[in-house]
Amino acid sequence: MQIALILGISRTMLMARLRQTVIAAVGVTFGITMFITLVSFMTGLNKLLDGLILNRTPHIRLYNEIKPSANQPVNLSSEFRNYMNIIRSIKPKERPLEIYNSQAILRRLKDDPRVLGTAPKVVAQVFFNVGAIDLNGVINGIDVVAESQLFSFADYLVMGKFQDLETVNNSIILGKGAAEKMLVDLGDVIQVTTARGERLPLKVVGVFQLGIADIDNVQSYTSVQTAQKLLGESNSYLTDIHVKLKDLTLAPGMAGEYKNLFNVDAIDLQTANAQFETGTKIRNIITYAVSITLLIVAGFGIYNILNMMIYEKMDSIAILKATGFSGRDVKGIFISISLIIGVTGGVLGLLFGFILSSLISQIPFKTAALPAIETYPINFNPQYYLIGIVFAIITTYIAGFFPARKASMVDPVEIIRGK
Amino acid sequence: MDKLILETKKINKYFHDPVTNQVLKEISFKMKVGEFVSVVGKSGCGKSTLLYILSTMDTDYQGQLVLDGTLMTGKSDRELSQVRNEKIGFVFQFHYLLPEFSVLQNVMLPGLKLARLESDEVEQNAIEHLKSLGIGHLAGKKASQISGGEKQRVAIARALINQPLIVMGDEPTGNLDRKNSDIVFDIFHQLAADTGQALLIVTHDHEFAERTDRIIEMDDGRIVNGGT
Repeated sequence: MQIALILGISRTMLMARLRQTVIAAVGVTFGITMFITLVSFMTGLNKLLDGLILNRTPHIRLYNEIKPSANQPVNLSSEFRNYMNIIRSIKPKERPLEIYNSQAILRRLKDDPRVLGTAPKVVAQVFFNVGAIDLNGVINGIDVVAESQLFSFADYLVMGKFQDLETVNNSIILGKGAAEKMLVDLGDVIQVTTARGERLPLKVVGVFQLGIADIDNVQSYTSVQTAQKLLGESNSYLTDIHVKLKDLTLAPGMAGEYKNLFNVDAIDLQTANAQFETGTKIRNIITYAVSITLLIVAGFGIYNILNMMIYEKMDSIAILKATGFSGRDVKGIFISISLIIGVTGGVLGLLFGFILSSLISQIPFKTAALPAIETYPINFNPQYYLIGIVFAIITTYIAGFFPARKASMVDPVEIIRGK
Repeated sequence: MDKLILETKKINKYFHDPVTNQVLKEISFKMKVGEFVSVVGKSGCGKSTLLYILSTMDTDYQGQLVLDGTLMTGKSDRELSQVRNEKIGFVFQFHYLLPEFSVLQNVMLPGLKLARLESDEVEQNAIEHLKSLGIGHLAGKKASQISGGEKQRVAIARALINQPLIVMGDEPTGNLDRKNSDIVFDIFHQLAADTGQALLIVTHDHEFAERTDRIIEMDDGRIVNGGT
């Protein structure tokens, strides 16, 4: 088969019916454009919704929970080992909230290749004193750098700079709800009292908004050191360690592992947010369903147009075969016609898909939940572009292949006599 | 005895739609190299059907077809297309040019497919053929933009481009007016005289037929006259 000759013939045939060629290519382009745009938009929205939870939630959280001891003394006694022991009115064990040996745990986590990063935390119940009134609050001592790297803390700040937590001594970032209640602004100093009665003045350096009123009214952030000082504890005192993993799906298994290894309580994201898992799964199913439907619809469109185009060229097939072109040559001609349409249409589809989704990503989209988001989210994942072009090529190939194969097998006289 | 270019042995052909109907009955005849043969007969006597079988474009028949000493029956599509490309030139009743291509490209395509010559040599030959047929000035035009008589001459040029051993024509003048028919007649006569190519022309035109070396007369699927 002489490729140059075959391609030359295909090209002439395409150029001769330029309008029809363009219509066929536009069919492919339209299908692929729609696929790229919708998938980018839908997965962009999905990622945004997932991000609402994922950005602010540790994959694994290590902490100590106040709860009754699982092993009561009577069970340890050899005398009552074979008895059925029933104990009533058990009280929770007195147990510090502090994570024992926290520095060693942090070092160990740092060396674990599955871990992306860790954020230590000191959580304490406090009161914000506003005149004669005390407001309930929770203060989170955080490692500012780790927190903003792993949990996009900075994205949720509506006022101030998160770095100030570290550089300004005795500083605090308040939730928007709390800040409004106390009528404070940046630079104001508020009084904070701990449950044990210690009192400390803290300077407001920022205000955050998560969009969840319960959190915005109650939570506040300060540096780990300030929180330790506030509680009068040593600088190794930590109540929580938040772990972010490279692969989220490992979380449930690793939580169990850490629980045994470090002798602390560990909870994974999937357990803590079961409704998140379900929501993600359902959204993914919808995305797959829509994109498969789009591809099938686009595929049928492409198939129809090309099929018609080839059946219109039946005469040419007969002539080519009568003058000495073999079935293979004819097949080659029509498959290359299809592929030229598929590749040009597909590449243009990717281009228009990119343009259209870029346009969508410029449309304003304001949401209280995500102060950092200003326009609609678009997921510009190259994977979808790859799927799009591969699909365009495969469908056009199939659309060209079957009629071309049929045409290559008939005797030319069948077509001529059919006239 | 002269060398044979074409020989058929007891060719039978049936059409099955709508009812089985035998259109060719025990067709056996021989044709010598350089012979100019015409096939005449009433409409529907099977002469076109026979021609399509002889040109290897129809493979659905019984019997044997030998072309240039080689048995064609049972050969694959690829081998047959190679034979058509190299050894047979075919002129249809309705010219059958590719409308998308220029006149020159139409003539050149079989030559490019054969690839015996470089493409510029093929082009040279094609232009010469067009000139000798008096249509050299049309080379650059689209095949769809020229008149019927001109189209038929282009089709003849296309049939000749690979210097085939035999040129077949299926009523090549059937669709032309008197003047153009005469031109096409003259071309065929000249070919027969000049190149030594065998010609096998199906025609209705008795005046044309009488000027050929041999007339094969067909009736109801049989050769009734001139078969040997």
